[in-house]
Amino acid sequence: MFNYLIQRLLIMIPTLLVISMLVFIIIQLPPGDFLSNRLAELQSQGDSAATERIEFLRAQYGLDRPFLEQYAIWLGVWPGPDGFSGMLQGDMGYSFEFDLPVTDVVGDRIWLSVIVSFATIIFTWLVSFPIGVYSATHQYSWGDHSLTFIGFLGLATPNFLLALVLLYLANVWFGTEIGGLMDDQYLDQPWSFGKLVSVLEHLWVPVVVIGTSGTAGMIRRLRANLLDELQKQYVTTGRAKGLGRFRLLMKYPLRMSLNPFIADIGNLLPQVVSGAAIVSVVLSLPTTGPMLLQALESQDQFLAGSFLMGLALLTVIGMFLSDVALAFLDPRIRLGASGTR
Amino acid sequence: MTDRSSEKPLDHFVSQEPFDPYSIETMTPEQERFFMASQWKMMWWKLLRHKLAVVSGVILLVLYTSILISEFLAPYELNFRDRRSIFAPPQAVHLFHEGKFIGPFVYGFDQKLNLETLQREYTPNPEKVYRLRFFCRGDEYKFWGQIEGSFHLVCPAKGGTFYLLGTDRLGRDMLSRIIYGTRISLTVGLVGITISFLLGIVLGGLAGYYGGWVDSLVQRTIEIIRSFPELPLWMALSAALPVTWSPILIYFGITIILGLIDWTGLARAVRSKLLALREEDFATAAVLLGASPRRVIGRHLLPSFMSHLIASATLSIPSMILGETALSFLGLGLRPPITSWGVLLNEAQNINVVALHPWLMIPVIPVIITVLALNFFGDGLRDAADPYK
Repeated sequence: MFNYLIQRLLIMIPTLLVISMLVFIIIQLPPGDFLSNRLAELQSQGDSAATERIEFLRAQYGLDRPFLEQYAIWLGVWPGPDGFSGMLQGDMGYSFEFDLPVTDVVGDRIWLSVIVSFATIIFTWLVSFPIGVYSATHQYSWGDHSLTFIGFLGLATPNFLLALVLLYLANVWFGTEIGGLMDDQYLDQPWSFGKLVSVLEHLWVPVVVIGTSGTAGMIRRLRANLLDELQKQYVTTGRAKGLGRFRLLMKYPLRMSLNPFIADIGNLLPQVVSGAAIVSVVLSLPTTGPMLLQALESQDQFLAGSFLMGLALLTVIGMFLSDVALAFLDPRIRLGASGTR
Repeated sequence: MTDRSSEKPLDHFVSQEPFDPYSIETMTPEQERFFMASQWKMMWWKLLRHKLAVVSGVILLVLYTSILISEFLAPYELNFRDRRSIFAPPQAVHLFHEGKFIGPFVYGFDQKLNLETLQREYTPNPEKVYRLRFFCRGDEYKFWGQIEGSFHLVCPAKGGTFYLLGTDRLGRDMLSRIIYGTRISLTVGLVGITISFLLGIVLGGLAGYYGGWVDSLVQRTIEIIRSFPELPLWMALSAALPVTWSPILIYFGITIILGLIDWTGLARAVRSKLLALREEDFATAAVLLGASPRRVIGRHLLPSFMSHLIASATLSIPSMILGETALSFLGLGLRPPITSWGVLLNEAQNINVVALHPWLMIPVIPVIITVLALNFFGDGLRDAADPYK
């Protein structure tokens, strides 16, 4: 088990390296950059000192250096103008648009993204677990068909529209503003119990909206797995020996079919993070989504890069945790990993 | 016991004639047709048994056929603007006017500006009866941008209006725009899936056939791409498309981006199938007969699981359509004048739209129908792909 953990951890390092490389290439891809745009803007306003200021900024953040050197500085393995200060040192760079270090701009946002994603996964589990079990044990029943259909409907409806409609309905029915992730009075406040309650009150809309798309897939997989297990001989044996239906279901087939349930976090998590990105734009949540969009549009490269990197890191860590949980549950995996390779 | 000759000889004999199994049980032509059917034919029969898949298939066929003749089906031209009907609500089609049957018609609107809310208010006017015309001459259009024409399936009455699904903020007919949008939205998925299909087959094929470091390389690449949340990656890549590109280039750029990220699932499927199949006798035989790897993969291995591939490709078109819709909704995907369902939904971005002009959200209905139909049809295909089961 320990070996497996170490092995799994070591694999994450090259993965993250390649991802950081990709992220850096992607944010450099658009023609032009924020500073040139700003320069053109300032010059058109007749700011004569603009060129020098922009050149200063460019040198300050090493943007005048070759591509690979810029990347190495950003990563923190190459001395920049201020010595080693890259992501490895916890310095995410500078947001030109906000004139602030990226760390200050990002603030809570990554954490709020984590909370939303985590809550969504819990929601997906809570909803799809009973429905999947019901659908499998009552295969082809009326309930099975209609639940499956509702699941599909959730899969097919674009998240953002669902968010809009829910926003509207909540406004009409409850008269509450459900946009945002907390009441306005808690914005920029330190965490307190009141803030937590407020966040929880607002959390359900994005969670439900984001959760709908993943739930359908989860239900179908659990249903298929459970159906496979239910056809096996040991179920008949158990029944023949007088084990109650419910007890039998809980004891063997359900446990067997739970395995992919956890393995699936790997698939679910990128999906949830994706969904959160667009839903938070519609609901104007203080998570990463809206600011990522803004940063991408204005080519604020360090900010966009940090967000992309943060989201990728979130999924990579999530997948690691799911693999660890899986290895914990299933000895075949943890033994197989060190045995065959 | 001793005297055998008194016993009767056994009264059966063995014929020397060659045995013809059909002499005993001849197959009816029907049975023959059934037992001799080719694999593809059996898949077809199995698919037909899946009712939901058949219905979905018909819906998809209708939708995809409609993109061939969008200009003819749409009552208005794509960029037709009616300045007197801005944000006009949908006009219902009636058959009876004052108890008399006069065929399909719509009531015209009286428009007035509410000075308090600054909204245009439309009230149906029973005086104005606009009978619809069928197979008629209406707005001029260029068929596929080439041939000029003006022939429509249905047109508004002369001097009247026919906005079955209302109009948008520029007074453009939603129904026509949705019909035109079908062309873009449906082909985005097709072009995208072609790209990801090719990538998936080539890379998955290489990984599965050669194994070793090629396999590890492809596997790691897949893992890395998969661990990236799709939408932010799509957002970043499409934000990288230069603004100066023409709409057509943007269209292809977006489809390529969608395809570039989506191939991983297909590649995995190809790889695992190849890993299993390359150990089969017929593959070994082909190698021993001197076939090149390309021939072994393309000629002997791929056809045996092509049906599975087509099924899984069908199942991944919906994610592309939804992806395009999401990107265009955010304003990062396709841009006007190209009209897709996502571009249309871009108008429905805030809560005011839901409250005041809910018909602007109608483009979501074709999205849902298409995605559902593709899912069910893909499911049916997947079941049919293994007809011997």
